[in-house]
Amino acid sequence: MTEANGAPILQSALAQLGMELRLTARRGENLFVIVVLPLILLIFFAFVPALTPNTPKPIDFLLPGILALAVISTSLVNLSIATAFERSYGVLKRLGGSPLPRAGLIAAKIGAVVVVEVIQVILLVAVAVALFGWAPGPGGSALVVILAFGLGTLAFAGLGLLMAGTLRAEGTLAAANGLFLVFLLLGGVILPIDHLPSFLADLARILPASALSDAYRIGLGSASSDALPSLLVLLAWGAIASLLAARTFRWE
Amino acid sequence: MTVAKAAASGAAGASGTLDAISVIDLRKSYGGRPVVDGLSFRVAAGDVFAILGPNGAGKTTTVEILEGYRRRDGGEVRILGLDPAASGAELRGRVGLMLQGGGIYPQARPREILHLFARFYRQPRNPDELLEQAGLADVATTRYKVLSGGQKQRLGLALALLGRPELVILDEPTAGMDPAAKASTRQLIGDLGADGTTVLLTTHELADVERMADRIAIVDHGRIVAAGTPSELAAGAAPRLRFRLDRALDAADLTALGARLGSGTVQDDRGPGRYLVEGVASSPTLVAALAGWCAERGLLIAELHTTGATLEERYLALTGEQALND
Repeated sequence: MTEANGAPILQSALAQLGMELRLTARRGENLFVIVVLPLILLIFFAFVPALTPNTPKPIDFLLPGILALAVISTSLVNLSIATAFERSYGVLKRLGGSPLPRAGLIAAKIGAVVVVEVIQVILLVAVAVALFGWAPGPGGSALVVILAFGLGTLAFAGLGLLMAGTLRAEGTLAAANGLFLVFLLLGGVILPIDHLPSFLADLARILPASALSDAYRIGLGSASSDALPSLLVLLAWGAIASLLAARTFRWE
Repeated sequence: MTVAKAAASGAAGASGTLDAISVIDLRKSYGGRPVVDGLSFRVAAGDVFAILGPNGAGKTTTVEILEGYRRRDGGEVRILGLDPAASGAELRGRVGLMLQGGGIYPQARPREILHLFARFYRQPRNPDELLEQAGLADVATTRYKVLSGGQKQRLGLALALLGRPELVILDEPTAGMDPAAKASTRQLIGDLGADGTTVLLTTHELADVERMADRIAIVDHGRIVAAGTPSELAAGAAPRLRFRLDRALDAADLTALGARLGSGTVQDDRGPGRYLVEGVASSPTLVAALAGWCAERGLLIAELHTTGATLEERYLALTGEQALND
């Protein structure tokens, strides 16, 4: 038998990761949602704290919320829309016929999401420190921050791929933008959940967005309570959405 | 599984008679409607084999089963001795594919997409050389979505060749190309066959198979209706009588002449005063009957010839008649 001509999975997945990042950088509408929009919201509401509590400064409430929004914009909005269009253009089908294994493609997509999210974190934290003198509060926990980052990415990427693998590309585009707005308003991002009417607040508490912004607030020392319930909500969303996505994803 | 064994040993052996592809009684239905209905064919290693048929004949479904994209409902398939439903990972390194519709990122550029795919193989061709050979050097950094149809197809073809495949499967490789691009693509595919790469392609264009294919299977309604070399297939067509008169005939004349020529009908053919006899093969008796009818009316036969059997006539006879019955 001839040896199969496929390259080692690490080599092909890294090449694909590079392509995913180049394509993300090339799509202006993506850059707006993942970079410009979170920065505008952070800066605007830190200067104009109409909605945010002063605990002790508006930036202490805002930064964790916007960091949660950044995860949502990358792992839900950007990933789902890009993947849905790749599916409709037959790109996923063509890649499936190449020696790049599916696991390599999925690893490349997850890797690209994490790289973009790390860049978002650096950018947002740098702006918060430079413009608003932000510093982590007492009692913060790097472990909680890292768990929130990982489980939040899992939950929102799972939701994104669930949509991308089942809906039409245009449907995914609309749904991703709609969910982004819902999570912005009900996710405790710029507006505390306590300010919502009670029926909306109850709904908001089981959404992954509020769990992620709460976990970030605890991890960064802006709030002092147990992070475990929030992390468990994220884990539940992540497990269910990822399993459903894996079961229902159609490659073409 | 004697079929599997024979195919596997054929692929492993060094003899010159091995089959790159063997398909036996392939079946696939969608919603109870058979799309591939008992297809069987073999492609010898190094051959350029064309599946020719009208749109909707089941060509794409067939190649997508061979490529491992779809599961067959029945029958046996061996690609390089392997079952594509079970050995997809191995085959993806050895078989080059070109899909209908490209499947390339609209924002990607030809050079980077070739370099990307090159990283998926252990022993790829040089992507820059391939870019040159495919005539894409001038658009190496142009976004895919603004390439012409022909350029997109050539990039798809270059991707199929990147991994030095033993077999390439090309679904409608000349679709959407202008005549010049078609000619150069046919040349490229013909050269592949000369290099010893096995080629399976689908097309609904006769010019493709006449210039590229060593062997052809004509497919209609999911079945093979004829198979062979282009000249073998053409030989199966009946010779037909064509003639030109010094003046045109009216409808009544055509009917009368048709009746005189037996069960045939006389049809307009590519220009004023030119006619083609349909339904009766050319023969000495037919020519005599035509000449007699013209003499009675003082008509001069300016040209008279019996067409050589062509692949086109055979193809239309095999698929066109059935299309009329639809």
